[in-house]
Amino acid sequence: MTDSDPLVRQVIDIIADKGGKPPETIGLDTTFEELGFDSLDGINILFALEDTFSVSIPDTIAQEITSIRMAVEKLRPLVEGAAG
Amino acid sequence: MRRVVVTGLGAVSALGLTAGELWRALAEGRSGIQPIEGFDVSQLRFKNGAQVRGFAADQFFDRKACELLDRFAQLLVVATREAVRASGLVLDDELRSRTAVVTGSSLGGQLTEERAYTDLYRDQRPRIEPLTIPRAMANAGASHISMELGISGPSFTLSTACSSSAHAVGLAFWMVRLGLVDAAIAGGSETPFTWANLKAWEALRVVAPEVCRPFSKDRQGMVLGEGGAALVLETLERAESRGAPILAEITGCGMSSDAHHITLPLSEGAAKAIAGCLVDAGLQPEEVDYINAHGTGTLANDPMEARAIRKVFGTHADQLPVSSTKSMHGHTLGAAGALECVATVLALRNGLLPPTIGFTVPDPECDLDVVPNEARRAEIRTALSNSFAFGGLNVVLAFRRWEESRT
Repeated sequence: MTDSDPLVRQVIDIIADKGGKPPETIGLDTTFEELGFDSLDGINILFALEDTFSVSIPDTIAQEITSIRMAVEKLRPLVEGAAG
Repeated sequence: MRRVVVTGLGAVSALGLTAGELWRALAEGRSGIQPIEGFDVSQLRFKNGAQVRGFAADQFFDRKACELLDRFAQLLVVATREAVRASGLVLDDELRSRTAVVTGSSLGGQLTEERAYTDLYRDQRPRIEPLTIPRAMANAGASHISMELGISGPSFTLSTACSSSAHAVGLAFWMVRLGLVDAAIAGGSETPFTWANLKAWEALRVVAPEVCRPFSKDRQGMVLGEGGAALVLETLERAESRGAPILAEITGCGMSSDAHHITLPLSEGAAKAIAGCLVDAGLQPEEVDYINAHGTGTLANDPMEARAIRKVFGTHADQLPVSSTKSMHGHTLGAAGALECVATVLALRNGLLPPTIGFTVPDPECDLDVVPNEARRAEIRTALSNSFAFGGLNVVLAFRRWEESRT
């Protein structure tokens, strides 16, 4: 998985938009903590991801999403499941 | 300063339609949390709630009142009738003008609002029910109590999320103590089971999928509850002179604000309210025998509350039982403070600590004696009830067993 992966790009764009950060400052291994996000930023991002990809992210999985990489890793099977 | 006592209790909750039924369930460690009725829970990430069951409005209200009162106001009025009946308070003209009604609700008549929006936006109806405004307003419950009992002293409603009715009880207590009024009806109610509200809580990701396990390592969140509760407060002098059944003395209240974050609680704020309550009640920390915790079962609240209790009580916290009855009646939001005051007074009276049920694995972050799973006999004299709200608004109330207060 690299920064040029289409899903990675999309997730970064969503998170940049919701968090009010320039997308070029966010990479695959950037954590929400590094971006200064709190729990409310977190649930806003989860909502935007759910809404964009038409998936439901269970709370137990949501709690593990603390970085771009984790967001993509947890989202991918849900997105592919929804598409398939 | 005048001493203030509790002479009547009323409660409508998932554990039954009276305070007596509430207490029986709490004493048995029986949960009112069940699969949510009335909604398609396959479209929700959580499945269970603590709804009031078997409440038929027409058993309590005539046809006109059924139409005029939203369910949130009905639950409050029914709880108040029970409390006033039990207190034997006779509201003559003089007392009516010297009595206050102070209630709390976070959401008010949201069932009524949702019906109006459904009519308007989904069904494209050109008009909505004419009683929408008087049904939905948050003070409707307080106003109906005032009208039903002829109470002409100050009546108002506080809305401070999950501390709403704790603020109401605390302020009513201070008003009686300071002589602003001679008696007060203090309480609150909440009916959070509307589809929009369920979806809003789902999005906030603090609701457990099935079970509420406060202070347990494997806790997954709160469970929403519905209910109404009321207390009759009056001066000790009045209660004694009329031979009223004194259930407990209310001895102190502490309030504080975290000034920190809109949803994340801060232990310093909670500790400040607990410490403030001890000062207000003239209590030393080691005199406290039991705390009815805020204990929501969320990841954030429970360790914060444990830290706050440790901060105030130090090593006394090792001998201080702290239980969350929310594990049984759910988190009734704006009604929680008053409902848990009812539970706290009944714990003092019955010499029995209600348990924290659903407790499985101790969490080192919540290192308290949480009275796990089974009620415990204990001749307690002084108990606190904690309430902490979103927005960082904290209220702690202190009660004393009545027999001990005579000396």
